[in-house]
Amino acid sequence: MNQRVAIVGIGWSGFRPLTPEVSYKELMYEAAVRAYADAGVDPRRDVESFVTVAEDFHEGTSIFDEYTPDQLGAVLKPMHTICGDGLHGLATAYMLISTGQFELVAVEGHSKASNILTLPEVTAYAQDPVLNRPLRLNTHFVAGLEMHRYLYETGATHEQCASVVVKNRFNALSNPAAPYGANLTLEDVLDGPPLSWPLGRREAAEHADGAVVMVLANEQRARFLSDKPVWILGVGWCNDSPSLESREWAQLPYIQKAAHMAYRQAGFSNPRGVVDFAEVDDLYAYKELQSLEALGFFAPGEAGPLSADGFTASDGELPVNVSGGSLGFGHLLDATGLARALEVVLQLRGEAGSRQLEGVEIGLAQSWRGAPTTSGAVTVLSN
Amino acid sequence: MGLRKVAVVGAGMTKFVRRAQETAKELSYQATHMALQSCELSMDDVEAVCLGTAPDSFDGIHMNGEYLSDGAGAWRKPYMRSYVGGGTGVFVPIQGWYHVASGLFDVVLVVAEEKMSSYYPHAQAAFLTIFDHTTERPLKPNLLWIFALEMNRYMSAYGIAKEDIARVSVQHKRNAADHPAALLGDADITVEDVLNSEVLAWPVQRFDVSPVSDGAVAIVLAAEHVAKRITDKPVWIEGVGWSLDTAHWTNRDLVYPRYVEYAARMAYEMAGVKEPRKEIHIAEPYDPFDYKALHHLEGLQLAERGQAPQLYIDGVAARDGDMPVCPSGGLLGVGNPIAAAGLMKIAELFWQLRGEAGARQVPGQPRRGLAQAWGDLMQVGTVVIMGR
Repeated sequence: MNQRVAIVGIGWSGFRPLTPEVSYKELMYEAAVRAYADAGVDPRRDVESFVTVAEDFHEGTSIFDEYTPDQLGAVLKPMHTICGDGLHGLATAYMLISTGQFELVAVEGHSKASNILTLPEVTAYAQDPVLNRPLRLNTHFVAGLEMHRYLYETGATHEQCASVVVKNRFNALSNPAAPYGANLTLEDVLDGPPLSWPLGRREAAEHADGAVVMVLANEQRARFLSDKPVWILGVGWCNDSPSLESREWAQLPYIQKAAHMAYRQAGFSNPRGVVDFAEVDDLYAYKELQSLEALGFFAPGEAGPLSADGFTASDGELPVNVSGGSLGFGHLLDATGLARALEVVLQLRGEAGSRQLEGVEIGLAQSWRGAPTTSGAVTVLSN
Repeated sequence: MGLRKVAVVGAGMTKFVRRAQETAKELSYQATHMALQSCELSMDDVEAVCLGTAPDSFDGIHMNGEYLSDGAGAWRKPYMRSYVGGGTGVFVPIQGWYHVASGLFDVVLVVAEEKMSSYYPHAQAAFLTIFDHTTERPLKPNLLWIFALEMNRYMSAYGIAKEDIARVSVQHKRNAADHPAALLGDADITVEDVLNSEVLAWPVQRFDVSPVSDGAVAIVLAAEHVAKRITDKPVWIEGVGWSLDTAHWTNRDLVYPRYVEYAARMAYEMAGVKEPRKEIHIAEPYDPFDYKALHHLEGLQLAERGQAPQLYIDGVAARDGDMPVCPSGGLLGVGNPIAAAGLMKIAELFWQLRGEAGARQVPGQPRRGLAQAWGDLMQVGTVVIMGR
C-alpha cells in the first residue's frame, strides 16, 4: 500500500460499428498484443494478474469469464471478471497493485455489440422484473425521464444538449479510432427523429465494437518499463438506488460520491483549475452536462450555457470529450470507461495526434453503466 | 513491505432451501443484516460492498449485480460485483480482501447470494449456454455429463471404487445434520443409500450431487486497527489465491485440477504455510459432487494424487479427525446456492476458528483453516486461508 500505480501500456482495436471478420476473442487479442508490446512485457512471464469487465447477457454466454484467459495470455494465472464498467476494472487493477501482492496487472474491456441481434430487448432485461418490465418499454425511456427532470430542475435547454452532440461528433473527426465523426449543426440534431421525449435519436450514442487493454504497474516497475508512465492519482466508484421509483433524478449523487472519493485520494476537493481536461459520460448528450455538474466542474444549471458557449470545446477552458466521447467513438458497452481512460492516457503522453491538447498535466475520466443503472466510476490521471 | 492485515469480524447466513419465498434482494438483506448484527455494526460503518452471484440467467436479470445492489446494502456506496462462475463464493472474500488490503477501505461488507429456483423448471438448463457456442453447444451438454466424464476419469486413473467416493457424501450429509441452516442434513444416511440412489449420468448418482438451492451469506471484513476495536476474536485472512485455466477444457487431462494447485500455492506462500498437511487444521474444499471434494483435496496438496479417499476411510477427514474436512456439511449437506455456498465455507471457518460452531465445533481449538471453491468449465480455483 501507499505505492503509486501507473498505466504503462495501452492497446486497442476498433472502434467500428461492425466487425464481421473478427470474433470478440480476436478483438481482445489484438488489443492485448498492442498493450503488451506498448508496455514491453510478456503476459506469460511478467503480468501477474488479469481483470476483465463483462456481462453475460451482452456476450450471449452464461458464466462468460470462462472465455477470457486464452486470448489475453492469462491461462493458469490469477484472473477474474468484474461485472462493471471498464473504470471499475481499472480501479480493481489499482487495488490489486496497491495491496503490494502484485506488481503488474492487465485490465481488459470489450464490446461486440454488433453481434447482439436484440440489444434493446437484452437491455430491457435489466429493468426491475416486477415493477418495470411489464410496461414493455425500451430502456431509453429512463433516459428520457431523467433528461426531462434535469432540464426542468436546472433550466438547461434542449439546444444546449444538442450543442454537446455537435461538439463531440466534430471532435471525433480528428480521432482515427472514432467512427461517428460528423460536422453537424444544432438543427441537424434537433430535427432528428425522437427517441424518448424530450430525448432525440441523434442525442444517443450508437453502438460500436472494439476492445481496450491496459497494463498497470507499481512505481518501481513503472519507472523501469516506461518513459511516459501515466499515474493514477485517484479512483472512485459508487451506486445509487437501482429502483426507478426511489432514485434521485436530476442530480447524480453516485457520480458526486465517486468523484469525491477519487479527488480525496488525489489530494484536492475542487477539480476546477486542477483538472486540465475530462472525458465524461455522454451516452446521451444531456448526460455530459449532468455529469460535469456532478463532478463539480460546474454548479447545477451552469453546464448547459457554458457548453453552448464553447467552454468545453477542444480549444475552450475545459476541453471535454476531445476524443469525440461515446457520441463520436460509439457506445462500447462495458469497455466505455476504458475507452475514455485511453484518451486521457494518450493526451497525457502527448500521443493524441491532431487533437493533442497543449500542456496538459491532469486529466479525468468518468463513466456510467447506462440505463437503467445508477452505477458509475471516476479516475484522475496525471503524467 | 508487509501486506495490510485483513480480518473477518462478522458473519451471517440465511437458511439454504430449495425454493425460498424471499426474493434475491430479500435474501441478500437478511444475510447482510445478520452479519452486521453479529459484530454490532450498521450500514453507516460499511465503506464499500462486494457482491458475488453466479449467472444472471438464474434470475433472468441483465446486470443482476446492479439490480441486487440495494438488497446487499450498496445504496450510495462503492460497490462492485466480481465473477468467476462457481468459484465466486470464495472469490468474493478475496475481492473484499483486496478492497481492504489496498488501503482504500477499512470496513467492507461481502455478500454472496444465489436464487436458483427462479429458473423454471430446473436451474440445470441455465448451464446450456456456458458451453462454446460453436463446438459444444450443438451437442446440448449439461453439467452432469461433463462431471460424469471427470468423475469417470478420476476413478479409472487411480482405480477408485464408487463406495469410497460415496463415503464423502455420507460424511458431509451427516455433518450437515448439525447445521441449523442446512437443506440436506441426514444423520442416518449410509453408503448403500448413495449407491442405491437414482443414476443421473453414470457414474454420477443423485446422492453424489449437491442440491439446487436458494440462500445468501454475508461477512464483514475490517483492517487490523479497526478489527481489534470491533471484536476480541478477529479471524485473519492469511492467504488468498486464485487461478483460471484455459477455456479449452477438452484439451486438458481432467484427472488433476492444476488450477486448484496453482491457487493453493499462491495462498500458501502468502500465508507462509510450508507443510499444508500439518498446518491446515480444517479444510472446506468445494464439494458440489462427492468426488470433487477428493479431487480438490489432492489439488490443495492435502492428499497425494489418488489418495484422498483414504482420508475418509481412515477417519482423518471426520469432524474429530486429524484434519476435519467440511465440518459444516459442505455443499452436499448444507446446500449449493452457488456463490453463497462458497461464502458459507468462509463463514464456517470463521465460526470454527472462534469456537462458535456449536454442535459442529471441531475439537482441539483449531488455529488455521482453508476454504476453496471451483467453477467455470472445470477451470477456476479460488482459495482462502484463515487463521486466528
